[in-house]
Amino acid sequence: MSSLLHKESATALPSPNLSESSLSLADSAPTTVGALSAAAPSGIVVRGWRRIIPYLLAAPYTLVLLLFLVAPIVLIVTISFWQYSSFVMKPAFVLDNYLLVLSPVYLKTYLNTFRFAGIVWIFTVLIGFPVAYFLAIEIQSARLRMTLFLLCTVPFLTSNIIRSISWIPFLGRQGLLNSALLGLGVVDEPVSIFLFSDVSVILSMVHLYTLFMVVPVFNTMMRIDHSLLEAARDGGASEWGVIREVVIPLSMPGIIIGTIFVIALALGDYSTVRLMSGGQASSAGLAISNMINSLQYPPAAANAVILLVVTLLIVGTLLRFVDIRKEL
Amino acid sequence: MAVQTKVSRRTFLKTVGVAAGTVMGGALLAACVPAAAPVAEPAAAGSTASTGQIKDIVLRQIGTGVSAMNEIQQKAQEDLGFTIQMTALSTTENNQRSITQPGTWDIFDGEYFSLPLVVPSGNLLPLDVTRITEFDKIAPLFTTGKLTEESVIAQGTAPHKVMFLTGADSTEFATEQTGFATLIPTIYNADTLGYRPDLVGRTIESWAELFNPEFKGKTSILNIPSIGIMDAAMVVESAGLMTFGDKGNMTKEEIDQITAILMEQKAAGQFRAFWETFDESVNLMSSGEVVVQSMWSPAVTAVRAKGIPCIYAPLKEGYRAWGGGLGLNKALEGMALDAAYEYINWWNSGFAGGFVGRQGYYSAIPENAKNFMSENEWNFWYEGQAAAEDIVDPFGTTLEKAGATRDGGSFLERMGGVVVWNSVMPEQDYLVQKWNEFIAA
Repeated sequence: MSSLLHKESATALPSPNLSESSLSLADSAPTTVGALSAAAPSGIVVRGWRRIIPYLLAAPYTLVLLLFLVAPIVLIVTISFWQYSSFVMKPAFVLDNYLLVLSPVYLKTYLNTFRFAGIVWIFTVLIGFPVAYFLAIEIQSARLRMTLFLLCTVPFLTSNIIRSISWIPFLGRQGLLNSALLGLGVVDEPVSIFLFSDVSVILSMVHLYTLFMVVPVFNTMMRIDHSLLEAARDGGASEWGVIREVVIPLSMPGIIIGTIFVIALALGDYSTVRLMSGGQASSAGLAISNMINSLQYPPAAANAVILLVVTLLIVGTLLRFVDIRKEL
Repeated sequence: MAVQTKVSRRTFLKTVGVAAGTVMGGALLAACVPAAAPVAEPAAAGSTASTGQIKDIVLRQIGTGVSAMNEIQQKAQEDLGFTIQMTALSTTENNQRSITQPGTWDIFDGEYFSLPLVVPSGNLLPLDVTRITEFDKIAPLFTTGKLTEESVIAQGTAPHKVMFLTGADSTEFATEQTGFATLIPTIYNADTLGYRPDLVGRTIESWAELFNPEFKGKTSILNIPSIGIMDAAMVVESAGLMTFGDKGNMTKEEIDQITAILMEQKAAGQFRAFWETFDESVNLMSSGEVVVQSMWSPAVTAVRAKGIPCIYAPLKEGYRAWGGGLGLNKALEGMALDAAYEYINWWNSGFAGGFVGRQGYYSAIPENAKNFMSENEWNFWYEGQAAAEDIVDPFGTTLEKAGATRDGGSFLERMGGVVVWNSVMPEQDYLVQKWNEFIAA
């Protein structure tokens, strides 16, 4: 293990540079716009129509955001205060929809959503971190590293729903897993809890979302200067000590960015929850989907607003720990 | 007898309409003339301009997939000479589209229970029944609510309650037959519980079995509020857990009580899953995850077609029924409107009825469907007789061997045993809210 790491320090140097250069490419776009807009105040007088160039350049994307992000959110917030009956929505300002969401049943739904998100997050960190560590630090050949990394992304070439559904024949009462357990004599009768339960929901979400943890953690780990690892080792740190004292703190930004991805995805999930729980488990996203299906848009909107606020609060809190612009 | 009275009542209406139009004014004149006037003109224009343009007409149909079949679409296009585009949606999506996106469809293939939601939107054209060529042949279940003269009208949104509108511009349901229809019925059926005889080991004869602890963790109910609640009502009533004044018009207290019972059962682990689409129910049943559940007729045949035994249980408490039909968009006019009426007439002229008949659905004009079914098929599906030879579905799959009989028997036995229809009730908003709580609990 340690000899591997030693060899690594010599060969791994080019690759962090590689990843940095590709990153700086991504950085260059905002910097150019920044430089342009900064040009005017910094003394060089830009005359005539040139002055509006930065605004023109920013305009299309601003327009897209206004039309497809800001406007729908404003609409959702507005409708969340409306009244409704059957399919008719009546403009009003009532808090009924929010009161409904705060009723015990839906509070339990939210608690369940947080529980799913929390458990899934723990598993994605426990699985994602070692995978990223292995890829970024253990593997020495850049080519092998990229090959293995791409292998990790292969399942993402199919849709979320198909990846969920493919678990069903595996986990069912007459599924592969139960047949194997029965055949080995581990159990006497098929285990029901594998499918249409919290177990299958969490399993499927972990399967779907672990890569969103692996990628940012891998990205930050690639930038760890390997001489730091050597220094720690020379200073007498054990392998675990190196990981705990050097790798984890330096990967923290990646873990936090991964956490934002996983939590946001898990909080908003509804298809996995529905498919894998057989419609039995609840989540905020599923509640919204059920309300929309029943044409009850105002309470669905109120639910969406609450979910949005909660997610933003969590993401906002997490962002206090990491400078996302520096890391991405 | 029923047909007799209906025909005479219709003839009466027509006569009065003509009389009113020619002789005197009044309410009937106002109701009939605006409908008749625009009809006459484009019909004439259409017939003179004729073939050059009819093939350019494209009618966009949205529906639930029950009747949106490629074979039916192709045959219709062949027979009628214009284009029909079909989009298959889930029941809820179909309602949503019809209400919120009227610009995206011309023909609404929907269920009668959806009408209390769809009609107030004003998107449906009140159909002029004089343009429906065989209107008097339509099964009286849709016009009077009675299958036979002695039939008791079932609870819930029975089609005849939402079949007619009060006028040509009305969005109000008429309590008796008028000249303005919401949908022209096409297909319908009686639904019940399906079960796996090999895994259950005995005969299921009551809705109450869905809550039998014997099948704990092995039952399922469908998660479409207007349908699921009726199945649930049949179950709790049969199990003696509660009674209803009218299952098709539950009070808030009744809704509270039934959802409380459902949540109790869910917490106790009685259900394995809730299903929303046809194939979900097929998969649950064929994989053995579920041994007894609410089911749709073709889902049972789909399970059997895989060689897995599945029975569509005739239950002593009776059936829950549904009916579907075709409605038109209010924006249709001119040749497109003529074509749309032609299409509706084509639907009940036999081919489509025979086609869906071979899947176990009933046709709104059974006698026309009969012309497109073999004697063996007709006797098996409609008469409840033992099959003289193998029963094959329209896609070539053998559903039953010779000698088999249909679960539940004949058309009269099955449709005559209907006690509730899929429903949208006055307390719909409250019901859906409580139902969603049950699903979310």
